[in-house]
Amino acid sequence: MANKDIGFKVRKGTVHAIVGENGAGKSTLMKILYGVQRPDEGTISIDGHEVHLHSPSDAIAEGIGMVFQHFQLADNFTVLENVVLGAEKLHGIGEGARAEIRRISDDYGLDIEPDALVADLGVGARQRIEILKVLYRGAKIIILDEPTAVLVPQEVDELFDNLRELKSEGLTVLFISHKLDEVLSVADSITVIRRGTTVDTVDPSSVNARQLAELMVGAELPTPQTEESTVTDRVVLRIEDIVLSGAGDSRNVLDGISLTIHAGEVLGIAGVEGNGQAELVEVIMGMREPTSGLVFLGDTDISDWRTREIREAGVAYIPEDRQRHALLLEAPLWENRILGHQTEEPNVRGFIINAAGAKADTERIVKEYDVRTPSINVKAGSLSGGNQQKLIVGREMSHQPKVLVAAHPTRGVDVGAQSSIWDIIRQARRDGLAVLLISADLEELIGLSDTIEVILRGRLTGTFDPDTVTAEDLGAAMTGAAGSAEETR
Amino acid sequence: MSTFSPRKLLLAVAAPLLALVVAFLVTSAILLLLGDPVVEVWQTILSWPKPRQLVQIVNGATVYYLSAVAVAVGFRMNLFNIGVDGQYRVAVFAGAAFAGQAWFPGPLNVLLTIVVAMVAGGFWASIAAYLKIRRGISEVISTIMLNAIATGVVQWLLLKVAVKQQGSNTISTKPIPESSQLSGLGLIPGATNKVYTLILLAVLVGALYWFVINKTRFGFDLRATGRSESAAIASGVKVPRMIVTTMIASGALAGLIGMPLLFGQDHSYGTTFQAGLGFAGIGIALLGRNHPLGIAAAALLWSFLDVQSNALQIRAGVASEVVFIIQGVILFAVVIAYELIRRADVRLEQQRVARELAATRSDAPTPEGATA
Repeated sequence: MANKDIGFKVRKGTVHAIVGENGAGKSTLMKILYGVQRPDEGTISIDGHEVHLHSPSDAIAEGIGMVFQHFQLADNFTVLENVVLGAEKLHGIGEGARAEIRRISDDYGLDIEPDALVADLGVGARQRIEILKVLYRGAKIIILDEPTAVLVPQEVDELFDNLRELKSEGLTVLFISHKLDEVLSVADSITVIRRGTTVDTVDPSSVNARQLAELMVGAELPTPQTEESTVTDRVVLRIEDIVLSGAGDSRNVLDGISLTIHAGEVLGIAGVEGNGQAELVEVIMGMREPTSGLVFLGDTDISDWRTREIREAGVAYIPEDRQRHALLLEAPLWENRILGHQTEEPNVRGFIINAAGAKADTERIVKEYDVRTPSINVKAGSLSGGNQQKLIVGREMSHQPKVLVAAHPTRGVDVGAQSSIWDIIRQARRDGLAVLLISADLEELIGLSDTIEVILRGRLTGTFDPDTVTAEDLGAAMTGAAGSAEETR
Repeated sequence: MSTFSPRKLLLAVAAPLLALVVAFLVTSAILLLLGDPVVEVWQTILSWPKPRQLVQIVNGATVYYLSAVAVAVGFRMNLFNIGVDGQYRVAVFAGAAFAGQAWFPGPLNVLLTIVVAMVAGGFWASIAAYLKIRRGISEVISTIMLNAIATGVVQWLLLKVAVKQQGSNTISTKPIPESSQLSGLGLIPGATNKVYTLILLAVLVGALYWFVINKTRFGFDLRATGRSESAAIASGVKVPRMIVTTMIASGALAGLIGMPLLFGQDHSYGTTFQAGLGFAGIGIALLGRNHPLGIAAAALLWSFLDVQSNALQIRAGVASEVVFIIQGVILFAVVIAYELIRRADVRLEQQRVARELAATRSDAPTPEGATA
């Protein structure tokens, strides 16, 4: 049972936030509100009358619109085409629709040009298109699922301005998040859910972030806090002048990236998504051949090595998209423990899979890393995001790694899992690993890194000291607002 | 693969049984509509086969089994080798031409012929593999094309090497020497005909298939690629190499399909050699869920329907082709049923995990964030 006894009221014309750990039942609640899933018991009422939502189209008919965390836009379509897709009957697909989009954009200050190509637009604009899409379909209640996860601080502020605009026009906004500062700044009312139950509904003026977090977790709040420096002068991972050319004539995806990570050092990379972080990781992991440049592990040139050799040599890898790159969702946990280490003990004996060894070690990982599962034989897809990630982290730390490449290691995981993953990264640092940490969570970067590099359009544009830098400074550097490279060291 | 549980077994058997029931109903409806004698048709098909027919069923299933395993190898990594038909034609022709030369004595000739057939089948499949990894051409398209090309090439080569058989206008390769012909095994009492000796080959192939797929590193990589190519790449699997290896393995196995027929029945490859075996294999692999025992059951069912339908014309006055309707509906129904059951399984397990975790939580309410 994902949800039981959820109950809250949302006033018209307000921003109402719902906070809770991942796995607390937020997504299930959203699915119920949007008609994707039907509740076993209980009712939903809008304007005092009870509604029955059997499908998203019912929800839309009742004026409920949903903006998903992952945008559902076709890149090669214009804004207009994306907006009318599936709603062709409302205002046609031509002038009528264009005029309507302009009207909505002006009314709510969304600043959307109907004929722009989505591929040319940034993340913030894409999110506003998603909002416009639901307004276009006549939504009076808008649900936003973790809308700030993909935005830099400046874009978050813009989004919040938009939300206030919507509110002042009499629309109701349901805002799902686990970033508490943001929730406190934008919401008129906050409902906390934990383990599928509403814990409390509070007024943001009467609580601070810590109290809110404690309501959410039911315990103390963890913070990412680095300890004393453990950085040594032994270079473990060195990247020299990596260039990766883009498709066709477009600019280079990676343009002369050089990095050095020492034993005991966490190097953080900050950047707006899509500025080359993913490609950099793929180059290091041997999944992508760079146009030029070298990668060294210690003194060994591993530029020509393939992924398997690189992993065998002690590079642990936490991919950014765990469902696509780190797990076989339809395979049991113990087979997932083998994945990525198909050639290593205790998973294999020669060319034969050692199922007994892998199972025993999976039991150990489940215990040591607190993976919540009834058994190691359930499919990985049945676990919550945080538990999936703990399994992955446990697996990667089980082969005496020298380097840890962690891309968004705590994305979409609950506060409890987040804190244990931070602990593991800190422990790795103490154990003398070289850690490359890529994250969109600036707090996390500042809290864990020894050095932060900012990546913008495939170039490293600035080095920051996490002790002195603020999230706003990083945000400015990430969007290029700060101009040229900025040294604060 | 994972631990045995009654729930899994039930789910595994439910879909094929459901498909059989649906096929029974749909076929009955069609027969009724056309005014054919429904009862007689089912009486004929469902009667217990005579010993001679049992042998035919086993023999047919042997060939189907090899074909389906060849297809299943590809299926396990989401590689759709539709070209098993062409690969087995090329292979059996090459094998028959080689065996007919009788360069080697008796059993050695058999063994080497099998190797030649596997190489030929693997070679034909490697063309599609090359096109896929180098040119990005879908193996579905290329193998279908290669089937057509295989038919032409084999016919053309057959004309070159053919020997004219006396008193017949069919042409074929030179018959294999008697010392290399396999007379068969008398497994079924009361039957005058015999089971193909190379049923042993099918059993061996099945066992090897199970072992390699489920127990070896190669098999793990193959299944991982089938389940999620992106995760396989990130785990270090060289996917292009896997495509080539698997495609060639599939083709080499396809090369075995014609061997029981060649050594146990036809003794040469000619224009009358059984066709369409590769396509039947696709359906049988689907029905058998790519599982070595599942495929065996599916192959036996297919062959059973084939053999039992022979008597339809005489006993029920209905064309034996009605069996194609039954087979087709079974496949349709089973594909749908498998998907429905797969989804139900995923949902049930998610609910079960959530329930069991909720139960343990209330026993020991330790907050997980307390470590910091």
